[in-house]
Amino acid sequence: MNGEGQAPGAVGLVGLAEPSIYARSRPGRRGVRPPAGFAPEVDVADALLGVRLREVPPGLPETSEPEVVRHFTRLSQLNYAVDTGFYPLGSCTMKHNPRIGEELAQLAGFARLHPAVPEEAAQGALELMWRLEEALCEISGMARATLQPAAGAQGELCGMLIVRAYHASRGEGRRKVIVPDSAHGTNPATAAMAGFEVVEVPSDARGGVDVGALSRALDGDTAALMLTNPNTLGLFDENIAEIARLTHEAGALLYYDGANANAILGVSRPGDMGFDIVHFNLHKTFSTPHGMGGPGAGPVAVRDFLAPFLPVPVVERRREGSRETFRFDWDRPQSIGRLRSHYGNFGVLVRAYAYIRALGAEGLRRVSEDAVLNANYLMRLVARDFDLPYDRLCKHEFVVSAKGLRERTGVRALDVAKRLLDFGYHPPTVYFPLIVEEAMMVEPTETETKETLDDFARALHAIAEEAAREPDRLREAPTRTPVRRLDEAGAARRPVVRYPAG
Amino acid sequence: MNVPPDLLYTEEHEWARVEGDRARVGITDHAQSELGDIVYVELPEVGARVAKGQAFGVVESVKSVSDLYAPVSGEVVAVNGALGEAPETVNRDPYGDGWMIEIRMTDPKETESLLRAPEYRRLVE
Repeated sequence: MNGEGQAPGAVGLVGLAEPSIYARSRPGRRGVRPPAGFAPEVDVADALLGVRLREVPPGLPETSEPEVVRHFTRLSQLNYAVDTGFYPLGSCTMKHNPRIGEELAQLAGFARLHPAVPEEAAQGALELMWRLEEALCEISGMARATLQPAAGAQGELCGMLIVRAYHASRGEGRRKVIVPDSAHGTNPATAAMAGFEVVEVPSDARGGVDVGALSRALDGDTAALMLTNPNTLGLFDENIAEIARLTHEAGALLYYDGANANAILGVSRPGDMGFDIVHFNLHKTFSTPHGMGGPGAGPVAVRDFLAPFLPVPVVERRREGSRETFRFDWDRPQSIGRLRSHYGNFGVLVRAYAYIRALGAEGLRRVSEDAVLNANYLMRLVARDFDLPYDRLCKHEFVVSAKGLRERTGVRALDVAKRLLDFGYHPPTVYFPLIVEEAMMVEPTETETKETLDDFARALHAIAEEAAREPDRLREAPTRTPVRRLDEAGAARRPVVRYPAG
Repeated sequence: MNVPPDLLYTEEHEWARVEGDRARVGITDHAQSELGDIVYVELPEVGARVAKGQAFGVVESVKSVSDLYAPVSGEVVAVNGALGEAPETVNRDPYGDGWMIEIRMTDPKETESLLRAPEYRRLVE
């Protein structure tokens, strides 16, 4: 944290580059030499009889053990994480992961439990899954849930397969899935992957679904409408009851993308809004580690009439007097089947359950209230330098536009994001949602202090001033990070995955 | 919105400048503006065959990835290699230095079904 008079910022990504491990290689240098007599010495050619051996040894680096340890420790320190700095990435809910969850997930009875042990020996784990399902159903206003999906995107796929199975069970082959133009990219991608044709509806002037366009798009061939509420603009759709009515009148299902559920805990429930299927991202809303692409968890909750289609197995509770036992139910003939090996990412489930129980109903509501308060506070600070495309109360995140800044100075949202790296911050989501020009999407979350938010706003203000004064400097940013501006498109399209040994 | 009167257009926002049996092809000012900052352009090689209405390449911006559609059928006789190093040229000068490929047309009559400037202007305004 900085005092008055200093440049605002954190220490996040600022630092020196770490050269490749090959740069430290010296011929003949070794990490570990086994003691004499550790194992019999044999010729490789004799040991691998009949195997064709390469003529030149592979170009592996030759380094000492401490050098290897230092190299990878330094690399790990170049990581930017919510544990090292403010991470205002929109729609990703990068909030603090309470350490109590780590503590509990490491209990031997959970951490060392083999997934193949018999049900009788895993009663604690089964009970935790049953109770987590119960909690998620209460929070979402749904009847049953599956904990299997390994991420939000797989949760969406699970939801869309349930949509398909439901219509098929009624002898209907509905082919269309509607998504608004503000949707997360995963929504249309998932619908297409599940075999549906994607139809896009526009947003109205207040940033919600254009209800007129929706009612024209809905017909007897519509299988579902996928919606995020609050949406990717961070705005609550005020017409949700009407949207649900229209969708159900057309015989379609209403799917809730739970990426933004951090805004609604204990305040409003997708079930009460009229949704039929809900996915949660436990690694966002229920504060489990994002873990660089996994493991996550994307449980899917449904209304009672959709419960028969949930993946197998589901956990059932049996009560005999005061005694409760738990078992897996595999006998569900209408199930869409199994989505993942074993029972999902169980360690994530333990952390999420701990989070929910530690906070309780009041605490969860407070999470959302504080997330919304923080977002509105930061939005007003940032709106001094950037445009608000929809000037109304936001929920847990907000979208500003660098359009005006670009028109005045030529500096783009991308340049602002890159310059934020020099101030030690992870940048917000940029150029999303697609319907806002030069979009910057910020989600501060409830776990940040007022000082952190003030500092971040000061950094953005300093960048906006810099843009007016010396725009070229911003176009060259970042300058203080281990690497400079990278060719991101080239890196994705022409990746160099092999070290060019000299 | 800049819609030069001497070019032909597709509904997918490509333009074609026809001279004899050659057609030079790029994307329109409207397209580059909608895409935002272009960061990558993938084009076919000289000698490749393209078919009217079929994808011949890909343009990637900070926002999205889109296919490029051939306005006419034929053989690619020239490719703007400069876009490999400087894809932002498409934003800066979509009808000039930002051109993408040149096609030797197999059926010049195909140009008759392309949009004229006033028609294209109506489409995007």
